[in-house]
Amino acid sequence: MFKIVKKRQLSDKVILMDIEAKRVAKKCLPGEFVIVKANEKGERIPLTVCDYNRDAGTVTIVFQTVGFSTELFGRYNEGDYYADFVGPLGNPSELVIEDPETLKDKKILFVGGGLGIAPVYPQVKWLHEHGIACDSVIGARNADLLILREEMEAVSDNLYIATDDGSIGQKGLVTDVIKQLVTEQGKKYDLCVTIGPMIMMKFVCNLTKELGIPTVASMNPIMVDGTGMCGACRLTVGDEIKFACVDGPEFDGHLIDFDEAMKRQQIYKTAEGREMLKILEGDTHHGGCGYCGGDK
Amino acid sequence: MDMFKKIPVSEQEPKVRATNFGEVCYGYTKEEAVLEAGRCLNCKNAKCIVGCPVSIDIPAFIQEISSENFEKAAEIIAESSALPAVCGRVCPQETQCEGVCIRGYKGEPVSIGKLERFVADWARENGIVPKVTAEKLNKHVAVIGSGPAGLTCAGDLAKLGYDVTIFEALHEPGGVLLYGIPEFRLPKDDVVIPEIENVKKLGVKIETNVIIGKTLTIDELMNEEGFDAVFIGSGAGLPSFMGIPGENSNGVFSANEFLTRNNLMKAFKTDYHTPIESGKIVCVVGGGNVAMDAARTALRLGSEVHVVYRRSEAELPAREEEVHHAKEEGIIFNLLTNPKEIIADENGWVKGMKVVKMELGEPDESGRRRPVEIPGSEYLIDCNTVIMSLGTSPNPLIKNTTDGLETNKRGCITATEDTGKTSRPGVFAGGDAVTGAATVILAMEAGRAGARGIHEYLTENN
Repeated sequence: MFKIVKKRQLSDKVILMDIEAKRVAKKCLPGEFVIVKANEKGERIPLTVCDYNRDAGTVTIVFQTVGFSTELFGRYNEGDYYADFVGPLGNPSELVIEDPETLKDKKILFVGGGLGIAPVYPQVKWLHEHGIACDSVIGARNADLLILREEMEAVSDNLYIATDDGSIGQKGLVTDVIKQLVTEQGKKYDLCVTIGPMIMMKFVCNLTKELGIPTVASMNPIMVDGTGMCGACRLTVGDEIKFACVDGPEFDGHLIDFDEAMKRQQIYKTAEGREMLKILEGDTHHGGCGYCGGDK
Repeated sequence: MDMFKKIPVSEQEPKVRATNFGEVCYGYTKEEAVLEAGRCLNCKNAKCIVGCPVSIDIPAFIQEISSENFEKAAEIIAESSALPAVCGRVCPQETQCEGVCIRGYKGEPVSIGKLERFVADWARENGIVPKVTAEKLNKHVAVIGSGPAGLTCAGDLAKLGYDVTIFEALHEPGGVLLYGIPEFRLPKDDVVIPEIENVKKLGVKIETNVIIGKTLTIDELMNEEGFDAVFIGSGAGLPSFMGIPGENSNGVFSANEFLTRNNLMKAFKTDYHTPIESGKIVCVVGGGNVAMDAARTALRLGSEVHVVYRRSEAELPAREEEVHHAKEEGIIFNLLTNPKEIIADENGWVKGMKVVKMELGEPDESGRRRPVEIPGSEYLIDCNTVIMSLGTSPNPLIKNTTDGLETNKRGCITATEDTGKTSRPGVFAGGDAVTGAATVILAMEAGRAGARGIHEYLTENN
C-alpha cells in the first residue's frame, strides 16, 4: 500500500500528488515513469515522474482526470493509500545521464503542453540545479489550465507562455512561439525536448525538423505491465518497432510515427467510455452505457 | 473395469464451457482416484520417477491413494513439489511420467497427473498444510520472480531453514501461473493462490511491485540489503512479433498482452477495470500452448476464433489435450497457413489478414519439416483482432544492470543445469530466464537445482 501524503489541485481536472514510495523515490530520475493502480480491481496506469524527494521518500505524480482510472485516482485524498505503485520504469532522460560540463555549452529548449508541463518540470529543474541554462515554452488552452507556471519560472532561464485564447502569455500555439524565438529573435538551440499531447508533439517535431533542431519527444502510450511484457506500447521509430516502456519513453522526435501512435491511443476508447459513465453516474447508472445491462 | 484404460475424468460440456471461464476438467472423485490408483503396477524400478523432472516418488503416493491414505500421499508429493495442484493440471505428463509408464506399453498409462491433482486438491480442501521442520539459519536469500521456478526455489530453501524473500515485479505473485495460464485451465483463487500461500507458510516472504534491474539491482540486494545469495527466476516475458506490414494496427495484440489483460487484470470480470478487445472474428497466429490459451480465451469472450499455423497438425507444439479441447469448443484451425500482411481500415483498425498457403518440405534443424510457401495461394481472412503467439524471450533488465552476468546470444542467462550457478559468485538462475520459454515443471526443476546450488554455496562459504 502506498500513502498519498499530499494532494494539490493544479487546475480543474489536473491533480498533483506526492506518494510515499521509498524504494522508487531513492532511485527515480527525470524522464522515467511509474505505474499506479488504485485498488484491487484497478487498471495499471503509467504516469511520468514529475518530481521526487529522496529524503522524504516521496514521488510526485500529476494526472488529468480524463478516463475511468484517472477519475478514480482523483477521488483518493491525502492519507488514503493506492494499492500499487511500481517503478522507476523506462529510461531516464539522456540529459541527466550526460556529463553536466558538456551540457553547459548547449542551448536546450523545453516545450511542454497541457499535462506535459509536469514531466518537463523535473528535467528543467535538474538542469537548473546543475547550473545549465535553458529556455522553456509552455502552453495550454487558457490561463486556468496552465499548470506549474511558477515552478517552471523558477527553474527556466526564460519562460515563454502560449495559450489558445491569450488569457495568459501569447495568444497562439507553442509552435508559434518556437518559430518566433528561432526565426525572429535569432535564438539557436542545440536540442529541443517536448512533452505533451501527441498532436502537439507531432507539430513541434515537424517544425524543429524544418528548423534543424534535434528533438526528443516523450511518449506515454497504452501499457499493461510497463516492463516489456505486453507490447501494447509499441510504436514505429524510423524503420524500427520500439517498446515505449523499455526502449523509451523518450525517442528521436523526428523519427516517431505520430499518426500511428495517435491511432493506437484510441484502442480502448469505447470500453473506457462505458466504464467512465459507470463511475460518473454512480448509483444512478442504469445501463446508459448500453453495455453493462444496468438494472437487469 | 478395463485395466488397459484410464478411468475417464469428467469435464464441463464443450458447448457450455465455451461461454464461461470455469475449469474445464472436474478432476477425479475419491472413488475414481482410488480405482485409477489400483491400475498402478508399483514397479520396483519405477520409470515414472525418472520421467518426472522433480522426481516425485510416484508409485509411493499412488499406493497411499489405493489405501485411501490421502494425507500421506500429499506428504510424499510435498517432499518433491511445492505446486502439486498446479502440476497436476498443466504438466505435459504424456511426455514425462505417463510417457514412460509401464502400463502404457499395453493400453493407456496410469493417469498420474489426474491423481496428483486429486491429492493436492484433497489436501487443500482438508486444510493440510506443509510442515516446516528445519532450524532457522541466519542466511538470507533473495529470489527474483514468483513464478514456478522462484516459488520452488524459495520453498526448498525455506524448508532447509533459510530466510527467503521473493521479489515480484507485478502487483500479485505467481508469474506465468497468474498472468499467462487462463482460469479455465488453472483456477487462480482456488488453486494458484492457495499453493502460493503454502509456500508462504514455509516462511517465505513475498514483496510485490519490486522490479529487479530497476527498483533494485542485484548488486544492491547483495551489498546493501544483506542477501547472501540470489536466485534469478525472472522468466521469459518479452513477446515476439512477426515483422509483417500492418502489425501495429489497432487490434493486433501479443498473446502476452491479451492473456495478461484477461488473467492477471481479470478483464473478463465486469467489476474489474482493465478493458480487453476481442473482435467478432479473432485470428491467433501460432500453434503452441500459449496460442491455445489465447484462442480459447477469445472464444469465451464471444469471438469466432481461428488458429493460424504455418505447419500441419502433427507439428503443433501445443499439448494434444489442449488442441483436443480447443477443437471440441469450436476453434477453427487454419493449418499450413502463414500471415503475410495485416490489413487495416482507414481508422487503423484490423479488418483482415492476408495469408499464404504452405506445404511441408525437407526437415529443418529442429527435425520438423520446413514449411514452404505455395506461390500464388494468397488469400484474405476477414478478422477484427489478431493475436500474435510466437514465443517469448527473457527480459534484458537484469542482464543490463548486472556486471559480469553472462548471457547467450538469445539473451538467456548462462547457468549450470545441476545447480543453477551463473558466472557471478552467489548468483544462481533457472527457468525460462535460462532456457527461454518452456514449461512450468521444467522451471520447477530448475528452481530445485538452484536451491541445491545455493545450499551448497552457502554451506561451503560458512
